[in-house]
Amino acid sequence: MPVETFHTLIARNKRNSVLLITGFMIFFMGLGLLIGIVWGMSIGGSEPDYDAYGNAVYEHQTQGSEMPSEIPHDAPVEQATEINWHFGIMVALIAGGVAFVMTLASFYGGGNVLLGMSKARQIQKANDPQLFNVVEELTLAGGQPMPKIYIINDSAMNAFATGRNPKHAAVAITTGLRTRLNRDELQGVMAHELSHVRHYDILYATLMAVMVGCVVMLCDVFLRSVLWGGAGGRRRKSDSDNGILHIILTVVAIVLAILAPILARIIQMALSRQREYLADAGAVELTRNPDGLANALAKLSSDEEVLEVANRATAPLFIVHPVKKFEERSKSIFDTHPPVTERIKRLHSLTV
Amino acid sequence: MTGLYIALGVALLVIVVVVAIYNGLVHKKVRCEEAWSQIDVQLKRRYDLIPNLVETVKGYASHEKETLENVIKARNTAISANGVAEQAGAENMLTGALSKLFALSESYPNLKANENFAQLQEELTSTENKIAFSRQHYNDSVAVYNIDILKFPNNMVAGMFKFTKRDMFELEDTAQREAPKVSF
Repeated sequence: MPVETFHTLIARNKRNSVLLITGFMIFFMGLGLLIGIVWGMSIGGSEPDYDAYGNAVYEHQTQGSEMPSEIPHDAPVEQATEINWHFGIMVALIAGGVAFVMTLASFYGGGNVLLGMSKARQIQKANDPQLFNVVEELTLAGGQPMPKIYIINDSAMNAFATGRNPKHAAVAITTGLRTRLNRDELQGVMAHELSHVRHYDILYATLMAVMVGCVVMLCDVFLRSVLWGGAGGRRRKSDSDNGILHIILTVVAIVLAILAPILARIIQMALSRQREYLADAGAVELTRNPDGLANALAKLSSDEEVLEVANRATAPLFIVHPVKKFEERSKSIFDTHPPVTERIKRLHSLTV
Repeated sequence: MTGLYIALGVALLVIVVVVAIYNGLVHKKVRCEEAWSQIDVQLKRRYDLIPNLVETVKGYASHEKETLENVIKARNTAISANGVAEQAGAENMLTGALSKLFALSESYPNLKANENFAQLQEELTSTENKIAFSRQHYNDSVAVYNIDILKFPNNMVAGMFKFTKRDMFELEDTAQREAPKVSF
């Protein structure tokens, strides 16, 4: 029963989204704690008014992410010998707050951010009746609400879906792809995108795109604050405890700065390749016509053009990898998308 | 005393489970009903489009009276059809008459070039697809529902509240499931 498989997939996607959000919050707060400790050491441990002071410093720094220049070097020297936990926890809480706001923002607005980044423009039925009809037909087949439809003015061939749930979903297609597909192929591509919507891939991928960006940014802030600000400097040369702590923090910062983006990428690509196959299968479940999507994929794979408005964060959302050329698209193993030839083969092996 | 509490606890648990199953079944049943009504919506849309189409074609191919009359006749028969079997037959007639009409348009370049005609053709093609897809969705929903009421312990709740098996939309042959290919 294919329906059951898709149901478990949807459940898994929702669960993974919750895990992703939780992991993201914990990571953000943990890193915030470390950054707070580093900053706290530079400010001094036992100043009575460190709360208000710390707040001000933090706000300065998140905007510019240039902490070294902001740090007052005339802070009391002798007192800064122990870890300032209060300040660390405070920064962790602020980081948690920032993470929470980020999560909310990417949950409710992530789709619009990605559409905006891709320079997508919403269209109405009068602009392209056939495209609307094709999508309407498929929403009837899947019993799902009608998504918003966007056009990306680019001659490269690609399409993607975004949003947080089927009720708040959008599908976007480039003009290059739209003009080169016939009705059946267009149906296949749109069915693939609507399957991403139905499977809640869009929620996960959109959260992922935003959060990977945030984690990379915060790791960068941490690395800078360890290397250039915080625990280092002339004031603590005599203090061996802090020296060791500083070394540990530096190592942690460097490891994090290197590992976090790679880890995020691994999670991103490992999950998204499987999703592409499942979305292809879901598309055939809707259209009962594997040839439409298979022919469209063949056309897509012959496209040499790079989609300018796509980047690494948004790449997993697209129907075929938007940045790579065809040779790489079909060969690379460590990619967010499975090779197109393999996808076509699997489509033809599906019995309807 | 403890025994009473255990009995109460078990009773409460049973009620919660029954309510949950009942709601699940209602949800799936409503889905089937919605899917069924969607088929009617699309069929009605097709009836509404046909007079427009016939008028447009008349302007270019008025002497193809027979084909046009067949379309109108098939439409009226389909509207007044009673019962699933009779309706299915009438709908098939209509689909056939329509594809003949579109085939005929091939020999009238002026008609084919008419924007209004192209629009109507797209709308009708889409409506044919929508009919097919809403039937498919109805069958999918019924399949899920029918399996669900047979599963244990759902079957006990289904028996209690008279959830009965629903009929699928039967199609005479598989080729019919696909909308007629109107190439242009």
